[in-house]
Amino acid sequence: MPAVTFIHPDGKQESLDCHGGESAMQAATRHGLDGIVAECGGNAMCATCHVYVDESWIGRLAPMSADEDALLDGTAAERLSNSRLSCQIKLADHLDGLVLRLPDKQI
Amino acid sequence: MTGPGATLGQSSKPDGVEAISGIPVVDVDPFAIEFFENPHPSHEVLREAGPVVRFEEWNAYGVARYAEVYAVLNDPATFCSSRGVGLSDFAKEKPWRPQSIILEADPPAHTRTRAVLNRVLSPAIMKQLREDFSVAAEKKADELVARGSFDAIAELAEAYPLSVFPDAMGLKQEGRENLLPYAGLVFNAFSPPNKLRQDSLERSAPHQAYVAEQCQRENLAPGGFGACIHAQADTGQITPAEAPLLVRSLLSAGLDTTVNGIGAAIYCMARFPEQWARFRNEPSLARNAFEEAIRFESPVQTFFRTTTRDVDISGFRIGEGEKVLMFLGAANRDPRRWQNPDSYDIKRQTSGHVGFGSGIHMCVGQLLARLEGEVMLSALARKVATIEITGPVKRRYNNTLRGLDSLPVTITPA
Repeated sequence: MPAVTFIHPDGKQESLDCHGGESAMQAATRHGLDGIVAECGGNAMCATCHVYVDESWIGRLAPMSADEDALLDGTAAERLSNSRLSCQIKLADHLDGLVLRLPDKQI
Repeated sequence: MTGPGATLGQSSKPDGVEAISGIPVVDVDPFAIEFFENPHPSHEVLREAGPVVRFEEWNAYGVARYAEVYAVLNDPATFCSSRGVGLSDFAKEKPWRPQSIILEADPPAHTRTRAVLNRVLSPAIMKQLREDFSVAAEKKADELVARGSFDAIAELAEAYPLSVFPDAMGLKQEGRENLLPYAGLVFNAFSPPNKLRQDSLERSAPHQAYVAEQCQRENLAPGGFGACIHAQADTGQITPAEAPLLVRSLLSAGLDTTVNGIGAAIYCMARFPEQWARFRNEPSLARNAFEEAIRFESPVQTFFRTTTRDVDISGFRIGEGEKVLMFLGAANRDPRRWQNPDSYDIKRQTSGHVGFGSGIHMCVGQLLARLEGEVMLSALARKVATIEITGPVKRRYNNTLRGLDSLPVTITPA
């Protein structure tokens, strides 16, 4: 069972157990994590599950689609080179230990 | 493809063998006036009858549990939209208007047109609109506080979207009074041929003429959504003939839906003063309070799909070419998915509700709806102390949309 760690803007860390195949957003909302809003429920339409992927992990994620790229232009917090939408990060064993930083706002 | 708890499978029955499906037949008319008055007991009947139900009268099926609604929404290859998202099967009947190239389309055609509207209504565009929409909401709230007593449907739920949406589209001033009747017609037309549908169609000629005219490039102001859609024809994303049809989609679905969404939120706040009090203490919950109102009332109640093959839904087989009605409102109150589903709770984690649909056809204007709902509620939270219902609440009857016709209220200033 892969685990993912979310780091809040204040530095607080939360490690969540994930079901293989679910997205990082789904794991976060299933655990009731603050900081992931996910208004559209994982349909890549709202940009409110924005995360900054830890630099050591960014290269291991599947590349982003053109849709995700466009949505990231509309995030509430600043878009950085390691910005992704957590609904588009499918968790699997090779991502066990993934570290995601939360932006200070999603809306 | 599987949803949360539902299974959709290839039918294992040999061709030509009619299985005894055992699908429960229900005696419920979800397009009847009595149903609109209070759909919740009937929604429970539909949910508890089984994962799939059958409507004999229309030769159609229905799903009302969250898992099955979600699964059907997310399997567009099996449950297609190109044969119409109403009861009428476009493979057998001519649509009442030229078929929508986005709502009533499947991939790959849908993928292309959807990309165009995604760009026109993107989060980045919403950021640009936020300031103007907020200012208009403040102005509306100030005006209503000064009035004290008013009808929260006509003078708030309709008036606010009407003060921002037609301008954002780039519409001419003249003829805007056709917008709500046209949308009412579009949403009435998805049903079986009942009186509401017939009456709407009979009265529709002037509204259809207005919309057809207003979809043309020369009638859309620069900078608006309409002009943005036409501009995409210049870059070859769509053809010049397709642009007016995509403008029509926004005129069909961009106004009445937000009217009913805002109306739902105000009605919730007026009925549940403890939630209004919580909200006033924490106005940053505006967006979630709006979202929860969408879950709770589900302004868009239903859509149909048509099966493209024999399919098993949670163990029940239905054949190819069958109409399946999805009860979004019932799914949004399914106790299998939601705790205390019949409570309006502004702190609820609402993500996953299907009030805006789900999957590839999920409401393309959802960000615009949320922006309008959020800024309007937020302005009210800061300026209004109490909201009291002061007269008879009247429901507006529509075959797809759930909302009110009249909600007389008195508010007191903060």
